[in-house]
Amino acid sequence: MSRQILLGDEAVALGAVHAGLSAAYSYPGTPASEILEHLVRRSAETKDFTAVWSVNEKTAYEEALGASFAGKRALVSFKHVGLNVAADPFMNSAITGANGGLVVVSADDPGMHSSQNEQDSRFYAQFAHIFAYEPSDHQEAYDMTREAYDLSERLEVPVLLRMVTRLSHSRSAVAVGPPRPQNPLRKGDPRDWILLPVNARRRFTRLLGLQAEMVRLSDGSRFNVLELGGDRSLGVIASGVAYNYFREAVAAEAAPPSFLKVSTYPVPEGLIRKLVAAVDSVLVLEDGYPFIERQIKGLFGVAGKTVRGKTDGALPASGELTPDIVRAALGRTPLPALAASGLPLAGRPPQLCAGCPHADTLKALNKALEDAAGANVFSDIGCYTLGALPPYSAVHTCVCMGASIGMARGAADVGLHPAVAVIGDSTFAHSGITPLLGAAVADTDMTVVILDNATTAMTGGQPTYGSGERLLRLIEGLGVPKERIRTIVPLPKHHDLNVRILREEIAHRGLSVVVAVRECVQEQRKKRS
Amino acid sequence: MKQDIILAGVGGQGILSIAYVIDNAALADGLVFKQAEVHGMAQRGGAVQSHMRLSDGSIWSDLIPKGEADMVLSVEPLEALRYLDYLRPDGVVVTGLTPYRNIPDYPEIDRVLEAVRRAPRAVVIDSERLAKEAGTVKAQNVVLLGAASPFLILKEDSLLATVGALFRPRGPAVLEANLKAFALGRSAALGL
Repeated sequence: MSRQILLGDEAVALGAVHAGLSAAYSYPGTPASEILEHLVRRSAETKDFTAVWSVNEKTAYEEALGASFAGKRALVSFKHVGLNVAADPFMNSAITGANGGLVVVSADDPGMHSSQNEQDSRFYAQFAHIFAYEPSDHQEAYDMTREAYDLSERLEVPVLLRMVTRLSHSRSAVAVGPPRPQNPLRKGDPRDWILLPVNARRRFTRLLGLQAEMVRLSDGSRFNVLELGGDRSLGVIASGVAYNYFREAVAAEAAPPSFLKVSTYPVPEGLIRKLVAAVDSVLVLEDGYPFIERQIKGLFGVAGKTVRGKTDGALPASGELTPDIVRAALGRTPLPALAASGLPLAGRPPQLCAGCPHADTLKALNKALEDAAGANVFSDIGCYTLGALPPYSAVHTCVCMGASIGMARGAADVGLHPAVAVIGDSTFAHSGITPLLGAAVADTDMTVVILDNATTAMTGGQPTYGSGERLLRLIEGLGVPKERIRTIVPLPKHHDLNVRILREEIAHRGLSVVVAVRECVQEQRKKRS
Repeated sequence: MKQDIILAGVGGQGILSIAYVIDNAALADGLVFKQAEVHGMAQRGGAVQSHMRLSDGSIWSDLIPKGEADMVLSVEPLEALRYLDYLRPDGVVVTGLTPYRNIPDYPEIDRVLEAVRRAPRAVVIDSERLAKEAGTVKAQNVVLLGAASPFLILKEDSLLATVGALFRPRGPAVLEANLKAFALGRSAALGL
């Protein structure tokens, strides 16, 4: 058994490979990107499985589901909000079931390090009635991914693996086992996979019938640990990385609190009952929403016991947990530490790189709109979101992938003018095409600025589908008149020309698309070195 | 035996390369480690940090609790100050002295360095000058790794072997400059 240094994300990727992975699909998004990046690098060397950056998370999910239908083991991974995009096939795949093992990795971002919310993917597993794992360390990330494939094939349903930023982006050594061979091709049964009501009702009944078995599996999982120890006044229920913070806080204690480590869902009901029965009060520690805590408390609580956690303020209801927060919730005194310097420390937020093409486009856009008091710039998910910050202060919304175009249309429909949408090439391919099609048919009075830097920059430079000539043909194909598709090169020397072109298209009372074409400076640098 | 280190700097300053060297040296020395790092948005010129934990026993948390860190190793002095309250009272600060000014409100550098030097044990290194002397200004991170090395529980040979493995693929000149950067940083910290 060899030991390898891996990110949490990479431990998941390697676990899948060693479980006999045949195909993996994803769309980039922090903190999940490193899963498929690892698989892309690896498959380029070994050429024995497929690893693809898909156009978006929904297509990624459907591609993985197709591989599962064909009997092969498949992986689909994305950040937590990516599961929103993939929610339609995700929910329905619980009904069709999995033929080859299908593992869905959703990487949550408590604390919103690089996200617009901190939704907790465990609710999605519960929503879909499927089994889920939550690793607390790298070894578990590897081991659980391997086990998830066996379980997915045994239950014939997809299995979800919940990661969080802290584990995804932490590195440690992992002991890896021998690889298992890939599955042979074996098509699914059409009666299971045609979700006409007559089949879907039968399949849903089967899925509901598996729920008791899933609870039994959870209660018996080797990853869930119950220790009724020296101190029975307090029982701690901890999941994922919160379990680490708990063990850290009490590592040196002779009689630490009794505890239950929860690593699988549906929650291990039998183990929870045992712990709760054995202790006077319960503290629930979980990174994300109070998912376990709410199930234990329900509407009426537990008679004779106090159950504390995020719902009663024992821990903050939002943000990422830390060892210090958990230590305080356990009532342990803070460790002696050096005092902070007392000097007011200027923050250092992220910013656009020196020479970034987005900076030139945003400057030109600001100039073009300087006399348009009623203007609004709807933006999207990408590096250019940083254009919201000074010195640009150039964009006014950022909601979700592709929202810029749809929102600009809605605002234009009710009279906002000028309505401008700013969206990157990768985000446009992901979710911008459909709203632009609608706007083209309606000839909506708005201006769409597509920033074509030929990459998915914010997440580290993954490939993009809607760039260059293909992008221009795509826009034309959607029905935008050729004379209303303008191209600019965002460089300081073209500033005046770019301002003029933007002004002309903003002044046009109908749909215009301006494409700003210049490669990402980070990607240029990579090519040079 | 355990050691907890906060690595600090600005996105693009090579924090993750330092972390890579320490990870691999720890593996070679038979230690367990966990190293939490920052990816994504903050890497675009923002403040970045990495929690590096080394032990010959077990490590629970990926994050270092406040008061538990033995060292803050920073490529930049303002970033060193950000994490002082993670240090145990006798912890050491190793930092470069050259400010990275990509923000409009960077404090007066003399006040920043004065605050750094108020730490009970502060090693302030002119990493920019030493990196240039070694042959490339890009090697400031390796200068600081060398400066931190006398305080680390890792073998110097294990660190050097990993520095070698990291830079050898980039050609003999880059390799030589980085090995020299390490040696210059180490000597500076030792007051040689």
